[in-house]
Amino acid sequence: MTTPTAAGSENVGTKTTGARSAGIRKAVVVGGNRIPFARSGGAYAHSSNQDMLTAALDGLVARFGLADEEIGEVAAGAVLKHSRDFNLTREAVLGSALAATTPAYDLQQACATGLEAVIGLSNKIKLGQIDSAIAGGVDSASDAPIAVSEGLRTILLDLSRAKSLGDKVKIASRIRPKHLSPDAPSTGEPRTGLSMGEHQALTTAQWKISREAQDELAFASHKNLAAAYDNHFFDDLLTPFRGLSRDSNLRADTSVEKLAKLKPVFGKELGDAATMTAGNSTPLTDGASTVLLASEDWAAARDLPVLAEVVDGEAAAVDFVHGKDGLLMAPAFAVPRLLARNGLTLDDIDYFEIHEAFAGTVLSTLAAWEDEEFGTTRLGLDGAFGSIDRAKLNVNGSSLAAGHPFAATGGRLVASLAKMLHERGAVDGRPARGLISVCAAGGQGVVAILEAR
Amino acid sequence: MTSQHKSFGVREQADKYTEFVSRGFGKDLAKRLGLPQPAILRRYSPQAPLVEGPILVVGAGAGADAVATVLLGWHQDVRRHATPKEKLGAIVVVLDELEHPTGLSAPMLAVGSALRDLNRNARVVSISRQATTDDEPGIAAARAGVDGIIRSVAKELRAGATANGVVLANGIAADSPSVMSALRFFLSGRSAFVDGQFLTASSEGSTEAPDWEAPLKGSVAVVTGAARGIGAAIARTLARDGATVIAVDVPAAGDHLAAVANQIHGTALQLDITHPQAGERILEHAIQRYGRLDIVVHNAGITRDKLLANMDAARWDSVIAVNIDSQLRMNKAFLASEHFTQNPRIVSVASTSGIAGNRGQSNYAASKAGVMGMVRSTAPLLAARGGTVNAVAPGFIETDMTAKIPFATREVARRLNSLQQGGKPSDVAETIAFFASPNAAGVSANILRVCGQNLVGQ
Repeated sequence: MTTPTAAGSENVGTKTTGARSAGIRKAVVVGGNRIPFARSGGAYAHSSNQDMLTAALDGLVARFGLADEEIGEVAAGAVLKHSRDFNLTREAVLGSALAATTPAYDLQQACATGLEAVIGLSNKIKLGQIDSAIAGGVDSASDAPIAVSEGLRTILLDLSRAKSLGDKVKIASRIRPKHLSPDAPSTGEPRTGLSMGEHQALTTAQWKISREAQDELAFASHKNLAAAYDNHFFDDLLTPFRGLSRDSNLRADTSVEKLAKLKPVFGKELGDAATMTAGNSTPLTDGASTVLLASEDWAAARDLPVLAEVVDGEAAAVDFVHGKDGLLMAPAFAVPRLLARNGLTLDDIDYFEIHEAFAGTVLSTLAAWEDEEFGTTRLGLDGAFGSIDRAKLNVNGSSLAAGHPFAATGGRLVASLAKMLHERGAVDGRPARGLISVCAAGGQGVVAILEAR
Repeated sequence: MTSQHKSFGVREQADKYTEFVSRGFGKDLAKRLGLPQPAILRRYSPQAPLVEGPILVVGAGAGADAVATVLLGWHQDVRRHATPKEKLGAIVVVLDELEHPTGLSAPMLAVGSALRDLNRNARVVSISRQATTDDEPGIAAARAGVDGIIRSVAKELRAGATANGVVLANGIAADSPSVMSALRFFLSGRSAFVDGQFLTASSEGSTEAPDWEAPLKGSVAVVTGAARGIGAAIARTLARDGATVIAVDVPAAGDHLAAVANQIHGTALQLDITHPQAGERILEHAIQRYGRLDIVVHNAGITRDKLLANMDAARWDSVIAVNIDSQLRMNKAFLASEHFTQNPRIVSVASTSGIAGNRGQSNYAASKAGVMGMVRSTAPLLAARGGTVNAVAPGFIETDMTAKIPFATREVARRLNSLQQGGKPSDVAETIAFFASPNAAGVSANILRVCGQNLVGQ
């Protein structure tokens, strides 16, 4: 272990013979399934995370004829989660048409949960630990857990430990009216107290993103998503749920003019400079998504289609509490690292799926990449990282139109991009290539590269 | 949604009135008041006996002997002469050698004297020859006469018993495989709601030993409109008979479709069948996933009822587009495919509305009568590759759709047939499964009503 590189590679060789004997093989996307996303308090107001994830799994099982099949592993998660859902994914598997012998685990990385599930499971497939996997995510803003106040919680726990009646009465008498107000979850950052929208408003202003540019991006998202539905793009990516067969947030008839009339909801203290409205920000949403991943052999043995290969993934985080970067700017760092590792530039990407948490998030990220100073001082490059052809960005719509059930967004992006890449086939004699970028709470970002098959 | 997949098959109950008049006080009351007394019908299960009781084979010719031999081969209790008071499960009357209407007397009187000894849910099945314009008038009269007899006997029978007939094309032996498969269908619980109807065997059929337990084993079937009702029952029934099923329905019905597909270990294909490439999409899915396509069931259909006087283009055109135009287009794609050449089967769902007409359904009747026309003219195209195409015409079937009919109208509608009750989705499905089976190879271009001998139409 004196020279880390040499010793490290030797270690890999000796310690993981199982994986080595299988070789580093490829992980592919077979397909996906999600339920339509519903605005919070709407069609899924009374559906739990488990209901939605189970429905998304069952639709996937039906699409690929996997009833009673044992899958290598299922990984999914939810950002807003009841404590009783400690084993959410496994419970959803048990309630689904999959074989009950399919193992499952929960994971959580805020809005990057779904994409991280895809990357993690793909890595297991690549290492030969499993042959098939389902990655997923689900979130309900409608059926969010509500906890008792911290004061009441302490008293109730003390009460459960009290032995005598006298003690119990004494402890119970500590309860005051102020303890009875419930503690609902919020999208506020624990370390700053600011909501995600307020954080983005600062970033949007920092990168001088105009209101018009944000509204145009929002309009494109609705227009593209509506066109995708009209072209039957989602026929094999989506299964209806609770009477909904399209994302309920989609406004096919919206226009830049209509979006321009909305009043700002975030960054209002900026006065006239406030630009972020309900139209160019994602609403709270309910929904679930799943992606079927496999080794090439597993897919071939079942005559399953193969849409894309999961090439590589990368996570990054920014110090948004003390540093110069906005809360949702981590992908601006993750993407350059990921592309460099794979010997690629922005020009080598045919489709960009950049999650639209807010129109300002996407535009701030693109602005940072086009900024020479950001490129040299923050990314350590010779100049600006680069710019992208906007015709390649979110071509079938994204979160501003579809909505954003936090953990479910990654699965939506991967399944849609895999299908787009498969349909595109080859570009300049090489497989079509796509990039996914998802920002997440806590100043995090997860990005990945997919290639057409 | 979660607990459904693990159970398999369909559990259907008789309607409440039928349950009520089937036993105890309700039975007495119905008898005293002369109310309809529908029977609880005997329906098919792979474990149940073919018929409940001995089978009496009536007929003096070689054909009758040959049919009796086949029945013995099926391990049935066969009688060539009735024993008075002995209960019978079925009467098979073989009339293939008829030469004149006067020849009907002896066999039919023999059948008549045994009718009182029939068990509940018994069967009367005739085997006779097709009357054609080439026949000598006396022979044609005798053969056509069988039609009137069976339809009348069906109306005479009670307690769930039915009468149906197999008609032989010229030159087909009474015991040929296709005739025997049709006979077996009529004897079994598969034909519970088929009454007063005929199946025509136009060729000898397959000589391969039939697998009566899992006739569709190894075959791949596509069922359109499979998310619910009759379509879901068809998918389940084909799966029970051994087929791998691709369940197709519009994307908006995908959740119900997924539940059906998962229950029967099939696949769900969300597809609008009016899409110009629907046939190609189905083929692509079938070939990629299973390497073959053997059976196509065109079940998807819609109603947009309106008197013709009040009809608009949207209602008319959508019914034609879904119910018949899509089938024509998909069939073209299937027939053009090299993968649909090994004894393929097409079965369409027509409707008694297409036979007898129905007030307010001129568009629907046009589409369903159109289906029958399509079936007859498609038959020669499939015959060239050893395939068949047939249609079923359901009458009043108890589904979510008919449950929405107002109570009084529904109650009248479901009693207007010889069995005095509505049929089950599985009754339609069983008939389709029969047409789809390799055993029915010689049965093509048939339109079989599954209507309990509804009083309207033929």
